[in-house]
Amino acid sequence: MNADTGDFKGYRSPTLDLLQSQSAPVWSLATLHTKRGDFSGLILPRSETADADHIVLKLDTGYNIGVRHDTVHRITVHGRKEAHYQIPERAFPHDPKKPRVKLLGTGGTIASRLDYRTGAVIPAFSPGELYGSVPELADICNMETEKLYGVFSENMGPEQWMGTARAIAAEIEKGVAGIVVGHGTDTMHHTAAALSFMLQDLPVPVVMVGSQRSSDRPSSDAAINLINATRTAATSDIAEVMVCMFGPTSDEYGLLHRGTRVRKMHSSYRSTFRTLSDIPLGKVDLTGVTPYRDDYRRRRSERKVDLKAVFDDRVSLVYYYPNMKPDIVDSLIDNGYKGIIIAGTGLGHVNKPLYPALDRARAAGVHVYMTVQTMWGYVQMYVYETGRELMGLGVIPAANMLPEVAYVKLGWALGQSQDHDEVRRLMLTPVNGEITDREPHDGYLVLQGGSPEVAAFISSQWK
Amino acid sequence: MSLSSQYRLSDPWLLQPLPAYGTLTDDEYAALGFRCGLEIHQQLLTVRKLFCRCPAGRYNRDTHDAEILRHMRPTLSEMGEYDGTALMEFKTRKEIVYLLNRETVCTYEMDDAPPFEMDDVALDGSLLMAMLLGCGVVSEVHITRKQYLDGSIPTGFQRTAIIGTDGRVPFGARTVRIRQISIEEDSCREVSDQGHRRVYRTDRLGMPLIETVTDPDMVTPQEAMAVGQILRFLARSGGMVRTGAGAARQDVNVSVNGGTRVEIKGVPSLRDVGRLTHNEALRQRSLLGIRGELAKRGITVDSITDRLVDVTTQVRGTACSFIAQAVAQGAMVGACPLPGFQGLLEVQTQPHTSFLQEFSDRVRVIACLDQLPNLVVSTQTAPSLSSTEWGRVSKACGTAAEVPLILVWGNRADVETAAREIAIRARDAVSGVPNETRQALDDGTNGFERILPGADRMYPDTDLPPIPLEDARIDGIAARLPLRPWERLVKLQELGVGADLAARLSRHRAWDLFEHLAKRLPAGSPFTATQLASLLLDRSAPRPASLRAAGEWWEAVVDDLVAGRVVPEAVWTAEDGIARRADDTTARALFEAARTAALSAVAMVRPTGEDQFRRAVMGAIMHGLRGRVPGRQVGEWLVREWLDGSPKEARS
Repeated sequence: MNADTGDFKGYRSPTLDLLQSQSAPVWSLATLHTKRGDFSGLILPRSETADADHIVLKLDTGYNIGVRHDTVHRITVHGRKEAHYQIPERAFPHDPKKPRVKLLGTGGTIASRLDYRTGAVIPAFSPGELYGSVPELADICNMETEKLYGVFSENMGPEQWMGTARAIAAEIEKGVAGIVVGHGTDTMHHTAAALSFMLQDLPVPVVMVGSQRSSDRPSSDAAINLINATRTAATSDIAEVMVCMFGPTSDEYGLLHRGTRVRKMHSSYRSTFRTLSDIPLGKVDLTGVTPYRDDYRRRRSERKVDLKAVFDDRVSLVYYYPNMKPDIVDSLIDNGYKGIIIAGTGLGHVNKPLYPALDRARAAGVHVYMTVQTMWGYVQMYVYETGRELMGLGVIPAANMLPEVAYVKLGWALGQSQDHDEVRRLMLTPVNGEITDREPHDGYLVLQGGSPEVAAFISSQWK
Repeated sequence: MSLSSQYRLSDPWLLQPLPAYGTLTDDEYAALGFRCGLEIHQQLLTVRKLFCRCPAGRYNRDTHDAEILRHMRPTLSEMGEYDGTALMEFKTRKEIVYLLNRETVCTYEMDDAPPFEMDDVALDGSLLMAMLLGCGVVSEVHITRKQYLDGSIPTGFQRTAIIGTDGRVPFGARTVRIRQISIEEDSCREVSDQGHRRVYRTDRLGMPLIETVTDPDMVTPQEAMAVGQILRFLARSGGMVRTGAGAARQDVNVSVNGGTRVEIKGVPSLRDVGRLTHNEALRQRSLLGIRGELAKRGITVDSITDRLVDVTTQVRGTACSFIAQAVAQGAMVGACPLPGFQGLLEVQTQPHTSFLQEFSDRVRVIACLDQLPNLVVSTQTAPSLSSTEWGRVSKACGTAAEVPLILVWGNRADVETAAREIAIRARDAVSGVPNETRQALDDGTNGFERILPGADRMYPDTDLPPIPLEDARIDGIAARLPLRPWERLVKLQELGVGADLAARLSRHRAWDLFEHLAKRLPAGSPFTATQLASLLLDRSAPRPASLRAAGEWWEAVVDDLVAGRVVPEAVWTAEDGIARRADDTTARALFEAARTAALSAVAMVRPTGEDQFRRAVMGAIMHGLRGRVPGRQVGEWLVREWLDGSPKEARS
């Protein structure tokens, strides 16, 4: 026996030496005689990221404990019990009367199981596994699944965006009624924007979904999100790239956010996604999809998508802060970046020391666009002198495009052309709501907790 | 209705009234095979909750400023299995409503944020308890998730961790084994549970608890209570737990020969443990009697079928008011025949409770049919359908008149769930005592709460890394372990204090003072340890105030007693000189002054870390006040200040 065979999964010296010398591999039912007392249980694999000093023991009661290697006098092995972890798999029922929905997986945790070794959550994905854990899906559609990637959302990038866009286009040509894209939540809005630009004139819904509480928890939002997203893909009339996630933190309804106006706004809340400077497309619950507006693209029976899966990744997003030094911009120019999105203060400003660097950028042919770090509202560079000066240096105001959306769009535009005017035309011509003509008064609603009128409202509503 | 001979009951236990609590001897409990284990939950005394920075021990009785709605779904455990309880709770399809108050809960408790690191004071308190009980202490604390799908914790699981295992407590000539000590977060308080909607208040959620689990070593209900007292006392003697209403609760588990371990949850007072465990033992004995009768009748698990017959038409127009009313509201009435159960549903299982209650409980809890009565049976004497109507129902079911029929009513989905549960409970009767968690009722009986959860519902918490417990930390706590009651007895014996007095003092809160003052008695002191013990326990004296008197006052008195300047009888007359409790305004002023002094004193010792700083400040203030302001009040003022922002000026 040696560590490579997996008998001592995750253990490293010195604990590995102890287990080997005591012939106590992983999955042994054993008693550890230690200077702090005797402990009996099942020896579990050790997480690779945990320290090398402790043995993990599962007691009969189901609890785990750690026993430090140098407290152990002796280990008595009584037997062996290996765990086999499986989500009960049941064949996904086929009903010819129900629409076909394709679920494309990129990672994240829609349905998942737990890896006892790393403590990590592993996605469950086949239709059978999904049916085993979310049987409600079979009431909505005939589901097919395909795993495109298995990455956390921070590892999604242009290659995956383009690959996902191509996969979606292919599925639509095959005639599915809608697409669900399972995705980690952290960069879901980046991918939503990328897909919005890469897949134009969609005939069916493309619904992105994830979960804020992984599905290994009974309180998970994963099942409800997946059910809502699948219902939207199967039945809704909205043929756009959308993000479908919890509206309130309560299990009540999901909101459908346009892919170019959505942003993750809280590190952990279920209701973390919000449409900014506009209102969502609609909501979805057990009863179906209810649009909040009428200006969406309708579902059509044709099977063609205008696929523009291109991206030039020599683009950066610079979040301005007071006292920013020009070397930040200089280093981008020196490193061959072709596009810079600035998230400026207020209406779209940066400090004077940056001017020479921005002038260099223009001379080097770098495309520079201004967005606002306030998130809500438009860039307006005429109001103050700084704005006018910046425009004089070639900085182009990007209206009310969200900074991350502008970043994705600039990469996409540069993937098509390096010509200044053409890029500008692409950037400033809205594809699907990333720039809007007007901001409704309820496009900005951040209730201020603590004020009496908000307290009264909250106490009368589900949160 | 007289039963045909094949259905006459033959077990004499089933034919006699149940023996009342207090009438059974130890031998009779032994003959039943009575076994009882305890799980004692006590709130640890901390400033904050276990996994977040919300204030500990603050409750909003009736106010809340928001509500949220959630559902629970079962998940697989680490070992790849669904837990039975989890599936049962899922079947109930409950809407869970949480009432939130911004003073007492944050986004952590409502499961909208990951946990913060475990509170160190709580962890130290649980280590102290584990060591007091002689447990083996783990070297690494692994936080585990224990699933609770009833909604009592919004995450759907409780974060809990084993601190130590295999301890022991001397109990008379025997030893009671301690299975394990764990630290865990407390759950919500249930406000209501009606139909498919359960409401919880969240203020208690996340409070740190220590759970002490014994082996089933208690063989009478009286022993269970006595051991419970010892365990609770031990925790209090360590000073790491809260006291007062709601600060401690216990679960008891009971089994008898041939029975099953049944857990009764949430027993508020140890005084209730005796009657509850007695009644549970009798219930199990009765269920075993029923099992025997079923076996003789040839009823097996396989012979009991799921049957539900829609008899809404047959009972339409009944004079039975609750059924008539349900039918008028559009309810379905279903009949579940239980052939072979003749004469058994009426068997007494607990005082004023028959076997039928077990069916009614399941239907109430799982099918959510909670308007009582939620079922009637054809063989009961209580008024229900007329005999003609029962005849029509029997005919619809195709069963003989003597076959018991249970009627349930409600919406179709719930009635179907109810029918399945009735069949499940009937099958359980074949094997005897079902594996259940039961809830303590006020009258000393208990009712079904849920299926007893297994180890399958435990899985590791992926949000927090394991916490290593270094030797230095363990040694530090070992150094401040208080004497255990049995060690106190040994010490008192060495000091020559008689057995009776020693027994009282060892469990009395005057112990700490005695231990402190006894050090002042020189060898051959004319004023003896026995006299000191008597003085501190003197029932005729106005003790409470005296015991709150400053240590310095007592030290002076004891020195006078040793020197013969005062006789013991005169001590209480001198008590008038003891500082009295200050009124509210003065108390606040005294507190402010003491705090200022404490902050500068504490700054000089350079505490490391927030908790040590806070403990030192609290200690210094209490020392400065010398009992003139109650500690509880001081604690409250301090906590409020710390939550509002600590006075930082004194910290370097």
